[in-house]
Amino acid sequence: MPNIVVLVKQVPDTYSERKLSDGDKTLDRDSADAVLDEINERAVEEALLIKEASEGEVTVLSVGPDRATEAIRKALSMGADKAIHVSDAALHGADVIQTAKVLAAAIGKVDGVDLVIAGNESTDGVAGAVPAILAELLGYPQLTHARKVTVEGSAIKVERETSDGITHLEANLPAVVSVGEKINEPRYPSFKGIMAAKKKPVETLTVADLGLSADEVGLASAWTQVLEASPKPPRQAGQKVADEGDGGVKVAEYLVSQKLI
Amino acid sequence: MIDLSIGEEYEALRKTVEEFAREEVAPVIGGFYEREEFPYDLIAKMGRMGLFGLPISEEYGGMGGDYFALCLALEELARVDSSVAITLEAGVSLGAMPVYRFGSASQKETWLPALCRGDRLAAFGLTEPGGGSDAGATKTTARLEGDAWVINGSKSFITNSGTDITSMVTVTAVTGQAEGGRKEISAIIVPSGTPGFGVEKKYSKVGWNASDTHGLSFSDCRVPEGNLLGERGRGYAQFLSILDEGRVAIAALSVGLAQGCVDESLRYAHEREAFGHNIGHYQAIQFKIAEMETRTHTARLSYYAAAAKMLRGEPFKKEAAIAKLVCSEAAMDNARDATQIFGGYGFMNEYPVGRFYRDAKILEIGEGTSEVQKMLIARHLGL
Ligand SMILES: Cc1cc2nc3c(=O)[nH]c(=O)nc-3n(C[C@H](O)[C@H](O)[C@H](O)COP(=O)(O)OP(=O)(O)OC[C@H]3O[C@@H](n4cnc5c(N)ncnc54)[C@H](O)[C@@H]3O)c2cc1C
Repeated sequence: MPNIVVLVKQVPDTYSERKLSDGDKTLDRDSADAVLDEINERAVEEALLIKEASEGEVTVLSVGPDRATEAIRKALSMGADKAIHVSDAALHGADVIQTAKVLAAAIGKVDGVDLVIAGNESTDGVAGAVPAILAELLGYPQLTHARKVTVEGSAIKVERETSDGITHLEANLPAVVSVGEKINEPRYPSFKGIMAAKKKPVETLTVADLGLSADEVGLASAWTQVLEASPKPPRQAGQKVADEGDGGVKVAEYLVSQKLI
Repeated sequence: MIDLSIGEEYEALRKTVEEFAREEVAPVIGGFYEREEFPYDLIAKMGRMGLFGLPISEEYGGMGGDYFALCLALEELARVDSSVAITLEAGVSLGAMPVYRFGSASQKETWLPALCRGDRLAAFGLTEPGGGSDAGATKTTARLEGDAWVINGSKSFITNSGTDITSMVTVTAVTGQAEGGRKEISAIIVPSGTPGFGVEKKYSKVGWNASDTHGLSFSDCRVPEGNLLGERGRGYAQFLSILDEGRVAIAALSVGLAQGCVDESLRYAHEREAFGHNIGHYQAIQFKIAEMETRTHTARLSYYAAAAKMLRGEPFKKEAAIAKLVCSEAAMDNARDATQIFGGYGFMNEYPVGRFYRDAKILEIGEGTSEVQKMLIARHLGL
């Protein structure tokens, strides 16, 4: 009966145009629709699958501004049992280490955690560091880049996918797992789930509630800060290769010049 | 003042179906349409989301929602594709709802759970080769022989009647003579595969090409007496009330198509260039899109108004007829304009607007033609 905490983050919808604010180069949250990060949907799905196989409880944990409640609601309507939302103006511009500290402190508020599930990396920050830092802070084994997760009693097995191949990992619970795109196909919430989510408990905490001080967490004391951002260069028109009998060779030469073959 | 916002849970449902339509339906539906193939996998996914049980209570495996929730789902699906939307509409409002509204406890237990899951589909057979608008002119007969109904006759254009997962069709049939010599019409459940129940080969249709439509034939088809749905002789009244609800659902589906035309046209107006500008630069295109948006908006209000009355338990027959009329015409007009905005590409099946154009016309015909809606409205006014 694992007690699972799933980390979820609200991010700008990849279908809308995303940008950073002009002033402090943090995410301009008003410029795009906000959604539950897709990789977190997979993390929630994995937690639900484990819960459905062996019962247990799923708590979603989100560090983010007030409107992140929408992402939390979605996770609850998929079937998670309850939520913790850490929301504090002091967190504006927090970096990965600070975020992980806050997450670790919040996880400390949940009794008897067996498993923490996160996405490998968010679609907005794309640092891909939080799960590992968090595992370190909690003193839990880290099983990152999972494409398959099996929980058997107090043990967890994970297939980790890297560009070199598949690594089989095994650890004792409690542990931190981060999942990749291939882990599963997340369910869509049903109307029953949506209605039920309204009644599920969401605990809202501030940085102070977690025993942390505001100057440990925000942009001012962050280890990393975004200094400059430039938009992606517009897509160039494709290059045309006129086939005068040597088309194949020309295409091959082009691919070689781009180090693609 | 009145409040026209739809509420948090409805909005969450709308968003969920919007996402499903965009991510699951849009990428694949063109192929199914082209091949005239029924999209079983998509229907199964819609089933897992609980869409087929939206207005049905949890007791029978439904979602415990209401008809407006179904309408929102239909609108969002039809924004992308009408074939899957009509499969849902016919499955729920024509297939499951008659059983849910008029069935006995045992009929509900037998049929509804699988229908709510989307594992099975049901159909409603009213229209006959000899006529649809004049449903009282039903020629199909059912006579009681011992403890069985023996059904003879045929039905035309029945949605969801011939899929691999169709579990039953509710058919209307003349079961005798009522007082004053009028026909006594009743509704009877015919399980798929019953001997004497023939499903003809599917029609070649102008639109809705990934949905399932067949003619049906009944020759000495015997079903148990207990398959009578609701009261004997109440079949006509029953389907009239089912059709009132169904009209609001078709109105919602029509608004979805109308909105899909706006979405596609707006995108294309930014992209397509002619004479040195995006075509959206030209007032002729701007005005067309403005008109399309206006039609969609007013049409949506008309179905919201009908649905609101329905959910409050007030008479909504006239409002349903108005919504069906206004929304289906908005869909047809928008489809014509969107196709025009797309120029030659609008005439190509591979573009969604080509499908919208082909799918729009039936909306002015099915579940009561526009003329029938006007007859109902006029009758309501005492004419
Ligand atoms: C794809 C598709 C799916 C369908 N699915 C189903 C289904 O699942 N179940 C089902 O039972 N039926 C279904 N139908 C049938 C549909 O509901 C009928 O086609 C529709 O009701 C019209 O009936 P009809 O075709 O017999 O036309 P008719 O009734 O013959 O009408 C022909 C024309 O005459 C007009 N007209 C008729 N009477 C009058 C009048 N008194 N005054 C003025 N004008 C009049 C009509 O408006 C129409 O323009 C489906 C049809 C299609 C094409």
